[in-house]
Amino acid sequence: MEPSKTLLLVGGTSDIGRATALHYAQAGWQVQLAARNDEEARRNADDIRARTGAEVTVHRLDILESGAFESFANSLSTLPDTVVCVVGELGDQAKGQTDMAHASLVLRTNFEGPALLLGYFAERFLARGSGTLVGVSSVAGDRGRGSNYLYGAAKAGFTAFLSGLRNRLAPKGLRVVTVKPGFVRTQMTAGMKLPPILTAEPSEVGRAIFTAAERSGRDVIYVRPIWRPVMMAVGSIPERFFKRLRL
Amino acid sequence: MTELAGWGRYPRHPSETLCPTSPKAFPSLMASRTGLVARGNGRAYGDAAIGEQVTLMARGLDRIRAFDQATGRIQVEAGVLLSDLLDIVVPRGLFPPVVPGTKFVTIGGMIASDVHGKNHHRDGGFGDHVESLTLALPDGSIVTCSRDENPELLSATIGGMGLTGTILDATFHLRRIETGWMRQTTTVAQNLDSAIRALEETSNATYSVAWVDCLARGASLGRSLIFAAEHATQRDLDALRPGSSPYPASKLGRLSIPLDLPSFTLNRLSVSAFNELYFRAGVVKSGYPFLVHWNPYFFPLDGIGNWNRIYGRRGFLQYQCVIPTAKAQAVLGGILERIAKHGNASFLAVLKQLGPSHGLLSFPFEGFTLTLDLPVSDEVFPLLEELDRLVVEARGRLYLAKDARQSPATFEAGYPELFRFRDLRRSIGATGRISSRLSARLGI
Repeated sequence: MEPSKTLLLVGGTSDIGRATALHYAQAGWQVQLAARNDEEARRNADDIRARTGAEVTVHRLDILESGAFESFANSLSTLPDTVVCVVGELGDQAKGQTDMAHASLVLRTNFEGPALLLGYFAERFLARGSGTLVGVSSVAGDRGRGSNYLYGAAKAGFTAFLSGLRNRLAPKGLRVVTVKPGFVRTQMTAGMKLPPILTAEPSEVGRAIFTAAERSGRDVIYVRPIWRPVMMAVGSIPERFFKRLRL
Repeated sequence: MTELAGWGRYPRHPSETLCPTSPKAFPSLMASRTGLVARGNGRAYGDAAIGEQVTLMARGLDRIRAFDQATGRIQVEAGVLLSDLLDIVVPRGLFPPVVPGTKFVTIGGMIASDVHGKNHHRDGGFGDHVESLTLALPDGSIVTCSRDENPELLSATIGGMGLTGTILDATFHLRRIETGWMRQTTTVAQNLDSAIRALEETSNATYSVAWVDCLARGASLGRSLIFAAEHATQRDLDALRPGSSPYPASKLGRLSIPLDLPSFTLNRLSVSAFNELYFRAGVVKSGYPFLVHWNPYFFPLDGIGNWNRIYGRRGFLQYQCVIPTAKAQAVLGGILERIAKHGNASFLAVLKQLGPSHGLLSFPFEGFTLTLDLPVSDEVFPLLEELDRLVVEARGRLYLAKDARQSPATFEAGYPELFRFRDLRRSIGATGRISSRLSARLGI
């Protein structure tokens, strides 16, 4: 048990967010759940409190309103020890190809918002001298594919941002963790046919995040290790062949 | 469209499925769609949780809303699994007031079927312990049902097979336990008469149930093992298993049936060999109390994943009837005789004393209930129709949560409150709008 450590979980209504917060609460952490839909987040907060007895608070936050980040952070009763950002929006690739507003929403929700938020907390953590930042990126960011390159490009940007931030903060003793969950059985993927061996349950992702951030000290994790060789293989296909594949 | 079946994998019907993740999504779905019913974890055996057109998958409603450890009062959403609830409450010295024979059911399903446990003779069904519930009605309105608020809607919803609306959440009290162990006593009954008597004699035990070797014939027809149990106290634990943890982790079985077994796996020989072994093991243990973990005591089959697949591709039927006490011995004897003669392999035959219940369509009444598993075959249907006639003659009834095949006439004969249930359905606009394959088949 680590007494009175605090997690800020951004994306508190998502399945991965819920599972991650629950895992931290079970380990004795206090939890701050942030979400745009704070009413729905309250449902998760009540659940985590009932299951674990942990202290769980709910905070309204829109990842696209970076102007409000400072007042949001100041409204928290304590500056968290760890921030985990699981915000993501798969969007509709086909729609985004012609609808720029939708494309912009996907790009901003998956890249700009999470990057700015973790960037903001990086400065606060630097000032304090401690803290861990966790960004949930995606295997989709490892290589752009025709079927989801808006989402993939934003995640690629986020992965690069986390990598750079880690490079800058590591000498100061601050940690940055990149999480690539692969397929996860969530609301976002409901109804999709997913290969079972490549598909994690939200609880697996929660456990993997906690382990990487608080125990093992790893920098970049694929939740299911099988994704590492899979993405290496995908990455090694020469572009002149890759461009002809329907992916 | 998805093909849906119950736990017995018979019958199968196509249905559109919707997976709302928040209770907020239900009112508009209820108001805009028709021919729908909610489905929990799909453990009803037959066609109860298959919508005529649309099936609302309620597993997304899996949040605990409030839990007061001091009083044991808990409010949970309807899609919470009993297994999940047990993991949370048992280590804190609390236990659900009633649990059925599997923990892989949702709380909503437990209410809709008004499930009974091994303590029904003393504590009633799960529905009797529901303090209040939230129901989404066919017109999209949300109502609270309790003893004081909408009591008639409460008594229709308990045991109402989801046909009054969608249960969104429920509040009830857990009972306090000192340990996670059960103090079990096994007794042997050489025939049905002594099994029934033994169950009556152990009716002061909190939990009791009999396992019947339904292949035994002649003088040993109905030979049984009677398992009576109490939640073990700390003193029991000190006496019988000194030094053991009061709340041992539940070791879930890793064994799973990965595929449909060919139907010849279960034949008279293999089942009777199994029964013989099981009976002898029970005889060895009989006479003195011993401690057993709550998980295998209450949920012996949950240790074997997908055990429903041992009956092969065609699936199986679970036949569960209740017979009034006065006629129980004669009628259940008649049923066992026909089953033994038929030689249709039944893995499980369970005999249990039931008390009264209060839902309009609740299954239990004062009497004895017998449960049999039978693989689907062409011969099994006429056999069960013959059993139905015995049940109807004795003013008994069949359990809707198990049913896949009874006729409307058998059903109507067994459920005298049906007309009140239908009136209530009409008054809330549920008739024809909230409908499962079961309600369509039986004309509910």
